[in-house]
Amino acid sequence: MVTKLTLRFLVLGYLGLLILIPTTAIVWRSLNSGLGAAWASITTPDTLHAVWLTVIVVLIAVPLNAIFGVLCALLLVRHDFPGRAALSALIDLPLSVSPVVVGLALVLAYGQIGWFGSWLQGHGVQIIFALPGIVLATMFVSLPYVAREVVPVLEEIGTDQEQAAHTLGASSFQTFRRVTLPAIQSGLSYGIVLATARSLGEFGAVSVVSGRLVGQTETLTLVVQDRFQNFDLTGAYTAAVVLALMAVATLLAMNALTPKERT
Amino acid sequence: MSITVKSVTKRFGDFTALNDVSLEVASGSLTALLGPSGSGKSTLLRVIAGLEKPDQGEVHISGSDATRTAPQERGVGFVFQHYAAFKHMTVWDNVAFGLTIRKRPKAEVRERVTELLQLVQLEGFADRYPSQLSGGQKQRMALARALAVQPRVLLLDEPFGALDARVREELRDWLRRLHDSVHVTTVLVTHDQEEAMEVAETVVLMDHGQIAQVGSPAQLYDHPASEFVMTFVGHVNRLGESYVRPHDVLLSRHPSPGAREGRISRLIHLGFEVRAELILTDATVLSAQLTRREADSLALESGQQVWVTLGETRAFDNIAVAEIEVMPAGSA
Repeated sequence: MVTKLTLRFLVLGYLGLLILIPTTAIVWRSLNSGLGAAWASITTPDTLHAVWLTVIVVLIAVPLNAIFGVLCALLLVRHDFPGRAALSALIDLPLSVSPVVVGLALVLAYGQIGWFGSWLQGHGVQIIFALPGIVLATMFVSLPYVAREVVPVLEEIGTDQEQAAHTLGASSFQTFRRVTLPAIQSGLSYGIVLATARSLGEFGAVSVVSGRLVGQTETLTLVVQDRFQNFDLTGAYTAAVVLALMAVATLLAMNALTPKERT
Repeated sequence: MSITVKSVTKRFGDFTALNDVSLEVASGSLTALLGPSGSGKSTLLRVIAGLEKPDQGEVHISGSDATRTAPQERGVGFVFQHYAAFKHMTVWDNVAFGLTIRKRPKAEVRERVTELLQLVQLEGFADRYPSQLSGGQKQRMALARALAVQPRVLLLDEPFGALDARVREELRDWLRRLHDSVHVTTVLVTHDQEEAMEVAETVVLMDHGQIAQVGSPAQLYDHPASEFVMTFVGHVNRLGESYVRPHDVLLSRHPSPGAREGRISRLIHLGFEVRAELILTDATVLSAQLTRREADSLALESGQQVWVTLGETRAFDNIAVAEIEVMPAGSA
């Protein structure tokens, strides 16, 4: 009984100190100068543009990574090929590389001075300091989450159900859509939630590739930093709260969309 | 629909799962592939289903070469040991799967699924999910699902292996009756000889990726083609180079010419059957099998002195399994 209480106290205390208190403080501070001030700071054109840009980036990066993540997981679990271990390690690379390094790497590859930079510019495509660069950076850092969540689920369900579907006449695509996809749904949605959260919150890599042009290439995290540095504390806190609300909304949406487990 | 397997070899890395295996399965028969684990029986079944590609050899189903046909187009129904139930679908949707894939009209699907759920006695369970069924019910659902598409051949991979003994017996009985009413060519993989003997007309005994013997349960038991068949099917006593079945070990309370003296070390009552563990005076250990009535009339007891005569004994030359002539499959 005592150990149970201690454990509960320890866990709640830990979460409180690390998560609850700082989050509450942010919400509190953003409302400190009144709801009107908070509302005014959200509705400036620059902040609204940043919200819009962040949503667009997430809407491009997360679905692409979700599709790629599932394909990658299928390749890793269902196929045996030379270089499988290398691919597995490559998928984890974004987790171990600092986002600032990712940003610099993208600049080196696609920037004006980069390998493909002049070719791209010659064809009128601008990647660095523009939306494509921000999307690329976000995709890079949020790449592992879907694959990493789907791989263990695929391993657990095994191949029996898929083989049964084959013997019943289902093509590979039909089997994927009607058997594999519903079976990996829980892992997939959790991976999507993680990837979305990571994409919303990405700062370092985006900061490097975006050029931080206010009202053009500034995402919400960059707005928070920008406001903070310019002593606009209400603006910084309000933008931070909006960012947090977007993450919570994603979590709730995924929860609502995922049917209850029937195992 | 008959199945013909011609000189099939299948390797997994260094391991040869099937070594030049040929087999005929008669149309409408119920055949059991029996053998110890690793003997290649499951691999052979999966090759017939198209779930494994043979390295060499051919598979013909009802006369046409199916070696390169995808499992989707072979017209086989496959039942897995661990059911392979579609967990996120109801029992109804599981059984209807093959029909909806083939885009059959709704009315036909409804009729067929209703009929099959009746056949496997799961009428009241249509809206349940597999997790809400017992093991035996799941396997019956899997059978209905496989039968829904009217397969030419029904393949069962250790279908009762994950079930407890009583359910297993029930389902065996039920499968036998099902086969008598549906008449689809059926191949069943099992490591349980009792199951094979009880259900199948023809038993294919496999060992080390090869077929040791094909025949009716009685043929395998009474005319084993090799030492392996003799020792795998039924119980045996080994006496030097020869073998004797426990029911061919005859006991008497009195000496007679040629009888060997011994002592009952343990007497085991198994209902109808009584098993006597014997130690002969030359320290040979033997096991004898008697009916309850025989044991009672001899008034056998543990520790008693008995005289033993041997009925039929068998000896085998040490010939390789591959050289044994394989008997043709049952004519059913």
